[in-house]
Amino acid sequence: MENPLLSYTLFLADNSLITGQRLSEWCGYGPILEQDIALSNIALDHLGQARMLLQYAAEQKGEGWTEDRLAYFRDEKNFRNLLMTELPKGDWGYTVMRAFLYDTYHFYEMTGLLQSKDEQLRAIAQKAIKEIRYHAQWSAEWVIRLGDGTEESHQRVKGSLLELWPFTGEFFETDEAAIELNGRGIAPNYAHIRTQWKAKVEEVLELATLERPEDGWMQSGGRNGAHTEHMGYLLAEMQHIPRSYPDAQW
Amino acid sequence: METINFEDRFQEYVDSEQKVEPKHWMPEPYRKTLIRQISQHAHSEVVGMLPEANWISRAPSLRRKVALLAKVQDEAGHGLYLYSAAETLGADRSDLVGDLLSGKAKYSSIFNYPTRSWADIGAIGWLVDGAAIANQVMLCRTSYGPYARAMVRICKEESFHQRQGYEIMLSLCRGTKEQKEMAQDALNRWWWPSLMMFGPTDKESTNSAQSMNWKIKRKSNDELRQEFIDKTVPQAEFLGLTIPDEHLELDEKTGHYQFGPIDWEEFYQVLKGNGPCNKERLEARNKAHDDGRWVREAANAFAKKTLERKGENSAA
Ligand SMILES: [Fe+2]
Ligand SMILES: [Fe+2]
Ligand SMILES: [Fe+2]
Repeated sequence: MENPLLSYTLFLADNSLITGQRLSEWCGYGPILEQDIALSNIALDHLGQARMLLQYAAEQKGEGWTEDRLAYFRDEKNFRNLLMTELPKGDWGYTVMRAFLYDTYHFYEMTGLLQSKDEQLRAIAQKAIKEIRYHAQWSAEWVIRLGDGTEESHQRVKGSLLELWPFTGEFFETDEAAIELNGRGIAPNYAHIRTQWKAKVEEVLELATLERPEDGWMQSGGRNGAHTEHMGYLLAEMQHIPRSYPDAQW
Repeated sequence: METINFEDRFQEYVDSEQKVEPKHWMPEPYRKTLIRQISQHAHSEVVGMLPEANWISRAPSLRRKVALLAKVQDEAGHGLYLYSAAETLGADRSDLVGDLLSGKAKYSSIFNYPTRSWADIGAIGWLVDGAAIANQVMLCRTSYGPYARAMVRICKEESFHQRQGYEIMLSLCRGTKEQKEMAQDALNRWWWPSLMMFGPTDKESTNSAQSMNWKIKRKSNDELRQEFIDKTVPQAEFLGLTIPDEHLELDEKTGHYQFGPIDWEEFYQVLKGNGPCNKERLEARNKAHDDGRWVREAANAFAKKTLERKGENSAA
């Protein structure tokens, strides 16, 4: 097994990478030019965070590893991202609802990492926290706007919320690595993050006139490399050029 | 009594190299010409996002992915500045966009060509942004103030795009045999359409003379095209690539490159809608617009509710 710090770094990195990859699919296709720009900006932030984290992971892996080798030459089963991040982009309502559920979680996670005893993770969290706060605000505003907009928008985001809810349980799962790292003061306490997340989500959903779904069966597996069928296509598209020309520099 | 001819006064004003501002009197044809030109330019920025966005998900390194996404996002920003500049002339952005979506308004034909390989992203940055810069540097001195100022901002970013594109080409040309072939293939396909970006030859160009008089334009299509060729040929040589023109030759006397005949038939066909991607581009813009309708309606409805709630609060 990889050492806990490495596997945790990759978990964080892959969440940012796959989120950035999915969000960037909107570039050129947004509902309003201003929002096209806003969402591209957010995608850029996630990709920037992914790069810092992958560079750190590569440093930990040592000899011959780089951010690109980690992004382009790992197979699906070695990606650790949360299943929610890899789901197809859906309509604008689905995209902002997913962003809201994930960004809110991401914000508390990164806030926790501001206290990390690992110097590099702490430095990355310090660099990223401002943009992550903005993402969480931006997506919360959109959820409220669509939830409390028209009847159609309300129905649409309500549907998205129901579809996405079973993927939120995975946010707070703690594997051995996470427990060990939390004990060493490197990773935050995810039970604590869950409490903060729940309170914030309830507050925003109420403003959006949406009901919080009941917690039922939760999907799981991303952390261990057991992904949805969507992941294979995402990776095939993202990785195919470097894999077709393995000796090339770009 | 002396009659004041507004047109003459306007021409004198423009001739004295002063900028026309939104509140100034201007001849109607001047206003119309500018609205048409600025909105076409705005549409080109927005439609131009599509061929490049086609490669964001497949960019071959994370550094390239981030740079490309940022570039395409810049183009959206250019679209916004330009729509705003058109609005200072009394145009309405949603009408202008409506004309694009219905196919009534034009945008640069270059974006009706497909991006087939990663090298196309390099070639577009180098050649298409390069040709755009030649035109836009001139427009930084155009007589209409808001347009000139928008161009100054835009030009800085376009130069950055061009360097980035050239740098992609350089990596490919210094790379493997396949990469170099990819780069040559992209140059072969983008060279002629890039030359066509400057528009018809001066002999064929109908609106040019009036635009030059009003100092909207300051150089003719042929002058700009020649400038671009003179600048670009040595760059291709540095890359070790061959420009697909057997007639290309440096004229020692003038210092300019002579070049072969441009296929104007192709130009007019693409302009008429028969390019390889005209249909896709317009469909993509229309689909994004239609898919976004419920979102815009919801945003408006919410904004209205928020305003009403504020009103109730302050009344209470
Ligand atoms: Fe541009
Ligand atoms: Fe441009
Ligand atoms: Fe550009």
